[in-house]
Amino acid sequence: MRETVVASPMLFRVASFDTPVVNLTVDGRSIQARRGESVLAAMLSHGGHVRRHEHGGAPRASFCLMGACQDCWVWIGAGERARACTTPVADGMEVSTSPTVHGG
Amino acid sequence: MSAIDVDVAIVGGGLIGCMTAFALCKRGRSVVVLERGRVGGESSGVSFGSLRLQGQHAVELPLALRAHEIWETIEEELGESIQFARHGHVHLALNDEHRARLESNARHGRAHGMDITLLDREMTLRRWPFLSDKVVAASWSTRDAVVNPRLVAPAFARAARRLGATIHEGIEVARVEQGGGRFIVHGRMRDGSEPVISSAALVNAAGAWSDTLAAQFGETIPLFAAGPAELVTEPIPPFAAPVMHVVDGSILFRQTDRGNVIIAGHPRMKVDAETRRARVPPDKILINLARLVAIVPRMRAHAVIRSWTGIEGYVEDMMPVLGPSSTTPGLYHACAFSGHGLQMGPAAAVAIAELIADGATTMPIAPFDIRRFYATGQQRTLSLAEEFQADVLPPRDGLVR
Amino acid sequence: MARVVVIGAGPAGIAAAEVLSRASVEVAVIDEAPRAGGQYHRAPAPGLALDMRRLLGTGYAAYETFHNDAASVCSRVDYRPGTLAWGVHGGAVHLASRGAAKALGYDALVLATGATDRIMPVPGWTLPGVFTLGGAQALLKDQGCLIGRRVVVCGSSPLLYLAAVQYLRAGGEIAAVIDTTRFADKLRALPDMLAAPRVLRDGLHHMAALKRRGVRIIHGATIDAFEGEERVGAVVCTPPNRMPLRIACDAVAYGHGLRPETQLAELAGCALRFDAAQRTHVPETDLDGRAGQGVYVAGDGGTIGGGQAAAVSGRLAAAAALSDLGATTNDVDLEAGRRMLQRLRRFQRGLATAFRWPGERAGQLDDAVILCRCENVTMGEVRAAIALEDGAAEVNRIKAATRCGMGRCQGRFCGPGLAEVAAISAQHPGSERDRLRVQAPIKPLPIALAEDVVP
Repeated sequence: MRETVVASPMLFRVASFDTPVVNLTVDGRSIQARRGESVLAAMLSHGGHVRRHEHGGAPRASFCLMGACQDCWVWIGAGERARACTTPVADGMEVSTSPTVHGG
Repeated sequence: MSAIDVDVAIVGGGLIGCMTAFALCKRGRSVVVLERGRVGGESSGVSFGSLRLQGQHAVELPLALRAHEIWETIEEELGESIQFARHGHVHLALNDEHRARLESNARHGRAHGMDITLLDREMTLRRWPFLSDKVVAASWSTRDAVVNPRLVAPAFARAARRLGATIHEGIEVARVEQGGGRFIVHGRMRDGSEPVISSAALVNAAGAWSDTLAAQFGETIPLFAAGPAELVTEPIPPFAAPVMHVVDGSILFRQTDRGNVIIAGHPRMKVDAETRRARVPPDKILINLARLVAIVPRMRAHAVIRSWTGIEGYVEDMMPVLGPSSTTPGLYHACAFSGHGLQMGPAAAVAIAELIADGATTMPIAPFDIRRFYATGQQRTLSLAEEFQADVLPPRDGLVR
Repeated sequence: MARVVVIGAGPAGIAAAEVLSRASVEVAVIDEAPRAGGQYHRAPAPGLALDMRRLLGTGYAAYETFHNDAASVCSRVDYRPGTLAWGVHGGAVHLASRGAAKALGYDALVLATGATDRIMPVPGWTLPGVFTLGGAQALLKDQGCLIGRRVVVCGSSPLLYLAAVQYLRAGGEIAAVIDTTRFADKLRALPDMLAAPRVLRDGLHHMAALKRRGVRIIHGATIDAFEGEERVGAVVCTPPNRMPLRIACDAVAYGHGLRPETQLAELAGCALRFDAAQRTHVPETDLDGRAGQGVYVAGDGGTIGGGQAAAVSGRLAAAAALSDLGATTNDVDLEAGRRMLQRLRRFQRGLATAFRWPGERAGQLDDAVILCRCENVTMGEVRAAIALEDGAAEVNRIKAATRCGMGRCQGRFCGPGLAEVAAISAQHPGSERDRLRVQAPIKPLPIALAEDVVP
């Protein structure tokens, strides 16, 4: 699997959540977030992009942050399609940035 | 604009009109194509893109095979890619009745020299493990191909233009008169100008609107407008090369070279040729997606991103109207392809071009004569009427209100 | 009882629902977001300790009033948050919510779908760290995060200054504000902008506040590129009559004003027209928002007008719907509402001059620039397709040939730039633009949604 979460986080948190910690994984790597955070905020608080583009593999970190550009779709669990910017994190969530089911 | 004199005026700049223009130019005829909107702007670009041989109706297969020969070398002739790819075509059976149809199609196809392999359930699932066990058998025809339908009509139009054809966009045919052995076509442009085209021959390639033109010459084409329901997914890693097609037409899909999966499912939908607006009803989208996941469960992990349809001309027997007019020398019909125009188009175009240039054609088009609609006591091919029932009934009404 | 369905729970949708909820009609409010507010009044996620009073400053009163009203309205109507309206067909809206598809019939449909940022492509605009201006604000208000530590805010929009001020208030650093409109154009727009003196005053306050904090503001610059490898690291711009500047940053908030979300109006059968002042297509409506076919359009989803105009137009649209359904309402002062709307629209015309859409940039961009970020289609591919059509290609033809606009976002972000390239090539840059057609689903629809549908 291609490396998808780089070390330097994108986002700068200026207000904190007073909600319980939730544990999730992004492409198998464990990260922590707070209930109420979006999958996108959690991913970009731990890394520099959300996915690699299908055509060319360039990194993408979403663009509109409001459910319009559709550039932050990921897979949750066994293959539920979800848009990271409008999906809240949940404890035990497994996020994949490439399809978990492969060809033929 | 003064009168333009040409050998042939073609009404309709869809793929049939553009292919016919190309075929005529190759035979040295001067041609003008009159297109109301944009070349390929109506139904030409919206089809599923399958150049299917397998399961083509017996009456159509000879012409379809001739068309296929042309398709196989067309990109060289056009000088550009239309994304032709010979990926093969797989018919899927979901029950015993379907299986019997596969067997009968295979017998028939093989008789015409086609390479068709029948696979039982185990062989099918081993070969294409993404299929669910709802699939009980498959037949695989290797010569069938796909193209990108959106590219076809513009590419033929460009090729025809290079050979000297005039392609007029944005011109409506107001009326056609006859005089001095010629057709006098009165056009109307959006800017109000009214060009006049004088031609020795006239080709009716007006798609879903071809009945109107035929009526000007006292001919009836019992045409109705319908459209395919097409869906496309986001790009997905490659998994399915051939076209996959449940034999009753209830669902078919193929993956493009960019990974998007195109999904269609009959019946086709009634659409409004008057308003020229056609959309896939949301219920139809959901039904077709449900059918798709039933046979390809892995598709549940992906999203559909768009739907589209177009306005195609159908007749009840699902066969084209192709050949000379029954009333008017010099007039030729190439219309009512009933959803099969893309595959058969190149051969139909050559047939019309040969009729105009040579007075006769080598293409097997006899069954498609317009007079079949008036002949009394004509043998109606009932199986086609039944296929129509399955293919073009409107979808059922709302799921939840 | 007649059913009125409102799409959107921002200022327009809630104002419409408020009027409707007091009449004898059944009201449903469909909103894709989990909480009312839209983008304009976006509220923090539950549990986020964000001081909205401090962040919004003078804007807080309107925010608080909105949310009090919204809570009350939503409790009185069939309120469905977290629900995507993905299609309209045959008098029903098609919805997706929590993995299930539903259809909801309507007698009147009020579309309060809002707007998204309008983008002119720039070299490097797809790099991680480049976000829309509206997105940068939404992330802060909703999630308590800034898009980076050192941010360049750029484009042409009154929101440049508001977003920069909010980022400073929240503790961020603004490397520069780059406004692509010349200051002279802002002065030219003053007469129209005086139609809303309070909004104008707030805007000037924001500019002054940024200057006090030492933030560099550059007017009339061309944005040349967003630079970086795996993440944006600098903005290169050229101020008028000067050498190019390279401004280091770790994030960029970028936008050229707003573009109405007209997809559902189009699917519902409403006519769209090209609005020369806004340089975009909008649904054809009367002043009250009647768009025909039982559809009413309110807020920025019709005419970009900001939150205040959205609320007024929401009330007018609701009153129009009720009146057309034969259910009268006496508590909307139509004449006052229309006057106010016209005044606010005049102000918005001023804004369109003061923060102009740089359509001509589409003609100057290098062939290698990505125009369609979904399908990775470059300017060069689009120009080649146009050249094949003798330079007069219509946008849907270019889309067919290149896939530009065919991706997941259905042309929301490439559409405005594509329209300009096509217009420039056809040598009618001043006239009406073509428009990409949309189809259902207007946003990606997970196929799993159909699993429970009986085929």
